[in-house]
Amino acid sequence: MPPLSRLTRALPAVLAVALLAACGSDDSSDGDDASGASPSASGGGESVELTVLAAASLTDVFEDAAEVYEAANDGVTLTFSFAGSQELAAQVQEGVPADVLVTADTTTMDGVADLTEDPSVIARNALTLVTPPDDPGGVDDLTDLADSDLRLVLAAPEVPAGRYGREILDALGIDAQPDSEEPNVRAVLSKVELGEADAGLVYVTDATAAGEDAVRTVPIPEEDNVLAAYPAAALTESENAEAAADFVEWLLSDEAQAVLADAGFLAP
Amino acid sequence: MTPRRGGGRTTTRVRHRPPLTLALPALLAVAFLLVPLLGIVADAPWHDLGARLTEPSVVEALRLSLLVSGWALVLSVAVGVPLAWLLARTDFPGRTAVRCLVILPMVLPPTVAGVALLRGLGRRGLLGGPLESIGVNLPFSTAGAVLAAVFVSMPFLVITLEGALAGIEPQYEEAAATMGAGPLTTLRLVTLPMVGPSLAAGAALCWARALGEFGATITFAGNLEGTTQTLPLKVYLLLQEDPEAATAVSLLLLLIAAAVIVGLRGRWLGSVRRSPG
Repeated sequence: MPPLSRLTRALPAVLAVALLAACGSDDSSDGDDASGASPSASGGGESVELTVLAAASLTDVFEDAAEVYEAANDGVTLTFSFAGSQELAAQVQEGVPADVLVTADTTTMDGVADLTEDPSVIARNALTLVTPPDDPGGVDDLTDLADSDLRLVLAAPEVPAGRYGREILDALGIDAQPDSEEPNVRAVLSKVELGEADAGLVYVTDATAAGEDAVRTVPIPEEDNVLAAYPAAALTESENAEAAADFVEWLLSDEAQAVLADAGFLAP
Repeated sequence: MTPRRGGGRTTTRVRHRPPLTLALPALLAVAFLLVPLLGIVADAPWHDLGARLTEPSVVEALRLSLLVSGWALVLSVAVGVPLAWLLARTDFPGRTAVRCLVILPMVLPPTVAGVALLRGLGRRGLLGGPLESIGVNLPFSTAGAVLAAVFVSMPFLVITLEGALAGIEPQYEEAAATMGAGPLTTLRLVTLPMVGPSLAAGAALCWARALGEFGATITFAGNLEGTTQTLPLKVYLLLQEDPEAATAVSLLLLLIAAAVIVGLRGRWLGSVRRSPG
């Protein structure tokens, strides 16, 4: 029976996916466990565990920055929760236990102003057009996004990347109809990386992090681009107020700015 | 035919005063399940519930949800019923592997189901090339949302029905066969009517699971109002913008889910009390 044997041949592939998933979820639950079990787990006395809610576009650079920061600050462990800025702000409003919030726009940060200390902008970022490396949609510039046959993916208008993207398109009068509005900018990137989308608008740093092998970058001219601002603030509800303030301050230091610049972020 | 136990007339009529060591954790379990649901009911914006649930984008998401889950049910029945019959009635090589394959989506994280669908049916997936050559593009389409729902919900139908089929005494089917009924006639006139309630229960579970599908949908089919933004996706995005509206839509989904369970009462809650034959 050929159909059955094909099914059984597909089984290892399915199982492999399942295993991958198991690894993935292990990673994240490790993070959760760690944040839950901070004081007793490390008998160092002075040890502090900071939970940082950060915009999805900071995913790679903050992992790198954490290594630098933890090496320089003995006893401080950073745990990150990356998501769309708006989702993080909603979590802060719901009272999620965390210490620092970093969003990809000032609007979202302003929305939770009564729950944060004064924010400081720690970096800026521009947007770029990305396509799969073989450019199946034939995209040369932003005006090509008006093609209704093009499979275009944008971030949802609820998240900063989605708002910035629409700002750029609206200012140029480009009527782009997305095929999907992803819940955060990293989901846009992965749809392009997977080749499911012909084009997407992401941050320059997302494209840098993905690398040239994964996506083709079509730069947006400076005069048409918008600059995203990343404000960071300690949360007033933080149980580690001092450490949280220190971390926010450190993000503005030369050391942190060098890490951010390496990842393609612009100076605040 | 059910064996009696312990000398009682039926096992369920023997009522013990529950020991505290069992009652307390059990109570905790009930409270744990109940409190979050009460939270939705308590925080729902009752004063303008109607207005929030009739907002165009919510109505659109509801329409799409009904369309997607309805198609998911139809497709699940079309291929799931024959599969359940084969699993219960025939012995073919690799049957155990097929059963594992059927159960897998039930325990797989739905997001992984979405990744699997992308890798299998996406444009760059295993079957992406052949599908594209015949003009089929599943990601970012309503059809993709339907397939995501079928992937995660069909197992509920197959497993429920297979269990019921395996529980039927084969003599009825054999009797039909001796009277000259072919396998398909037997299936239609004898087998399916006997498993009718289980089929209905499996279909209801399948439909409810399809209606609630989120992870595979957003991963495989994306999120676009009117095309792939079903109610669960709408709730997720609403929560970021308008938590009250998200609570209102959650309440709607909670009521639908509760209605399904109440509808299944005859099968689930009733079966416990069924007196032994």
